[in-house]
Amino acid sequence: MTAQPLLEVENLRIDLAVGGKRFPAVQDISFTIDRGETMGLVGESGCGKSITSLALIGLLRDPLMIGGGTIRFDGREIQNLSASEMRKLRGNRISMIFQEPMTALNPLSPVGRQIAEMFVLHKGTSWKEAERLAVEALASVRVPAPERRIKDYPHQLSGGMRQRVMIAIALACSPDLLLADEPTTALDVTVQAEILDLIRELSAAKGTAVLMISHDLGLIANMCRRVGVMYAGKLVEERTAEDVFRSPSHPYTSGLVASLPLLGARARHGRQRLKEISGVVPPVSAFPTGCRFNPRCYAATERCRAEDPAATALGNDGFVRCHYHE
Amino acid sequence: MKFRANLVIGGVLFSGVIIAGIFAPWLAHTDPVMDANLMYAEEPPGGEFWFGTDAQGRDIYSRVLYGARISLTVGIVSQLINTVIGVCLGLSAGYWGGWWDDVVNGLTNMMLAIPSLIFALAIMAILNPGLTSLLIALGLTNWSFTCRLARASALSLKSQGYVQAAKVLGYGDIRIMLTQLLPNMLGPIIVIGTLGMGGAVLAEAALSFLGLGIRPPYPSWGSMLSDARDQITTAPWISIFPGLAIFMTVLGLNLLGDGLRDILDPQARTRRA
Amino acid sequence: MNNPSEDTILKVEDLAVHFPVGGGLFGGPRRHLHAVDGVDLELKRGECLGLVGESGCGKSTLALTILGLQAPTRGRIVLDGHEVSGEGMDRKARARIAQMVFQDPYSSLNPRQTVRKTLEAPLRLHGNTATGEIEGRIGEMLARVGLRPDHADRYPHEFSGGQRQRIGIARALILDPKIIILDEPVSALDVSIRAQIINLLLELKETLGLSYIMISHDLGVVEHMSDRVAVMYLGRIVETGDWETIFTNPRHPYTRALISAIPDPFKRSRGEKITGEIPNPLNMPTGCGFHPRCPEARDICRMPPVPQLEEIGGAHFVRCRRVHELAVRNEALVSSV
Repeated sequence: MTAQPLLEVENLRIDLAVGGKRFPAVQDISFTIDRGETMGLVGESGCGKSITSLALIGLLRDPLMIGGGTIRFDGREIQNLSASEMRKLRGNRISMIFQEPMTALNPLSPVGRQIAEMFVLHKGTSWKEAERLAVEALASVRVPAPERRIKDYPHQLSGGMRQRVMIAIALACSPDLLLADEPTTALDVTVQAEILDLIRELSAAKGTAVLMISHDLGLIANMCRRVGVMYAGKLVEERTAEDVFRSPSHPYTSGLVASLPLLGARARHGRQRLKEISGVVPPVSAFPTGCRFNPRCYAATERCRAEDPAATALGNDGFVRCHYHE
Repeated sequence: MKFRANLVIGGVLFSGVIIAGIFAPWLAHTDPVMDANLMYAEEPPGGEFWFGTDAQGRDIYSRVLYGARISLTVGIVSQLINTVIGVCLGLSAGYWGGWWDDVVNGLTNMMLAIPSLIFALAIMAILNPGLTSLLIALGLTNWSFTCRLARASALSLKSQGYVQAAKVLGYGDIRIMLTQLLPNMLGPIIVIGTLGMGGAVLAEAALSFLGLGIRPPYPSWGSMLSDARDQITTAPWISIFPGLAIFMTVLGLNLLGDGLRDILDPQARTRRA
Repeated sequence: MNNPSEDTILKVEDLAVHFPVGGGLFGGPRRHLHAVDGVDLELKRGECLGLVGESGCGKSTLALTILGLQAPTRGRIVLDGHEVSGEGMDRKARARIAQMVFQDPYSSLNPRQTVRKTLEAPLRLHGNTATGEIEGRIGEMLARVGLRPDHADRYPHEFSGGQRQRIGIARALILDPKIIILDEPVSALDVSIRAQIINLLLELKETLGLSYIMISHDLGVVEHMSDRVAVMYLGRIVETGDWETIFTNPRHPYTRALISAIPDPFKRSRGEKITGEIPNPLNMPTGCGFHPRCPEARDICRMPPVPQLEEIGGAHFVRCRRVHELAVRNEALVSSV
């Protein structure tokens, strides 16, 4: 392991262009991921977590574009790479799994071929060899009878099986970084548990770093060492998973933790009224000035409405973006 | 709202035809049927006869104006009949499903397999030529697209939560179809209806051209064209102006239909003030 | 469960819903999908019953059958003392007893109707025609769900997801029903909005004396809201009991697997996880439906017949042949949590 982090994101901004105007959908995003580390991004729909991950893998499409900042992968800036250079990286060193595997898999091609393609494309193996590797890859994601399954088309598989195939494709070339965007949201809980275990085990075995994205704070905390909490396009807090739950600093994070009916809470403490966060998530075109959480914050002051808080370092490698953090 | 060229041009053309039809008695220079005067037969367009005269010396400008009445009546009424038939069959078939759906599907496929103009020709051959027969013939032969659309919309809409909610609230089937399904499929149906109206105008012209629609001396654009066949080289204006009228009307309706398709989206609708 | 007492508002007995699959002209042999397969259920006045299970377990079909949107193949449903076998009861009479709140607040509101129209039409349909009275009722209902009177003249697309769900709740309450079926009432909402809706639902239950059947896969929400819980697997109830029993002393291996599958934010293990996926309901396993995935399955579990729902104490029912054998180990697990 080298001292240099695998991924360094600095002041990333992503713009949304609508009707000639550009809105910063994501702003001031900075974080690093070390080799083999798992990090999570949590936030609600529209907070910018998914487009952040798309920017990392060079898949932003109109009307979204990178508006500034740098993305350094393995010491090399990749935000301005050409399409062909990005393609070499994608699937090989950075790969991604999505929420709905059905839309990410090619419906007209057997799954075995789609896995084998990765080896042919990135490792230059022969198709014959690639097919053997594809069977191995399917076996590694615990698909039963992989020799037969490679001939199946995506629609013949269940949601959980499709997600396994996606993971097999994503991890085929032992990438350095895996981006997982809500990989289990469409799945049943028992299947989710298996898929999460699979991601955990395989990434550990291959030394792959994982950036996990979800709206489910409990899941992120369970899967990741560090957690970044996003709200309205900004990273408002970044901590270890433990700290986020035990001593959340940002009012949004603490509000979120207090609003969750966590399994086991009622049995331990009795039924308590859930804390509510008032208001709704603002749309990109109407982000408030100052701290973006101020209209919903119970402790907002004039300063919060006027001045955008800078990131304040917290003890043991974390930060919070709040004037009056707890 | 941004400027929509197709909607505006289509709207202008179509309203032009409507105005021509409604105000024909005031705009026309002569009576389209009675004022034949062989003295002025086949006059080219000019100061007195804007569009020229035909073989019987009738003012083509006046006849084209009155022709708009027939074309519009046929277009609007027959398409209305088509839409009502198509929506009733398609909506109920999609909502109820089962054997009724099979019956309606069979009927629709049959209608689609027979060219509608041939079918209309057959009906006209049985009935006496005339406006009423024309309305019946064209009104019964062109509902299959509307029916398919209504059925497909009903199929996708009936699983929506608000349709389920209406059932849970105790609504009857007919009420659900009319209050929950119909308003939500109206947009595309209006589009199809507008496009179909253009088709009906064309079909009327074709049938009248073939002598099975509006009979001379009443001024239908199709029968005018039919009359003008022999003089197409010697007096081209006799065919050009009714032809142009058909062209403008159908083009207007098609543009209007396209424009409506763009705006009739429930999400785009804002608060009714 | 045989004495229909005064405070039972809903009783379901041996309810089954089978769907024919295939068949017809070219469909091959006709088979039956057992979506709901012999469910007994009782809902008390003022109670919230959590209905838990994964996709395809039959919980939604069960709800639709109770509401009369799906005809049962066999079984009895008694709603507030009235026998409603299948679609026997008048749709309108049923509507005044049981209502539903839907999962997706976007597709569950008619985009072409204002909030007022959405709330007014059911009142008129049910014979309430005095305009003043209707106005009053709509105003009262909007206030109850936390909306302003001027919201009445807006269309659904002008509201956020949370507000739409409030409208959906108002619509369910407008006929003054006694039972509300909540179908995943918060899972389509933003995380920061869920607490608002959960709190609202609990308040309404208290103030209006409502009874809920809540379908959810989110066990945290179920634990928080339910008085009793029923766990379904492959069309059958496999375990039912009061919430505390189910969450602190689950006895069916499937219930235990469900609970252990929820990721714990503090990375503690919640017990053994299971593998495999839900079998195709057209190809039901013999014996206990859960045996192909059950870590505790033995030969006896694979033999027909289907195990019975057995009371193991304190209104706690479990459908497992080995429940007594496994009891000893269960005790150990509970004390470690």
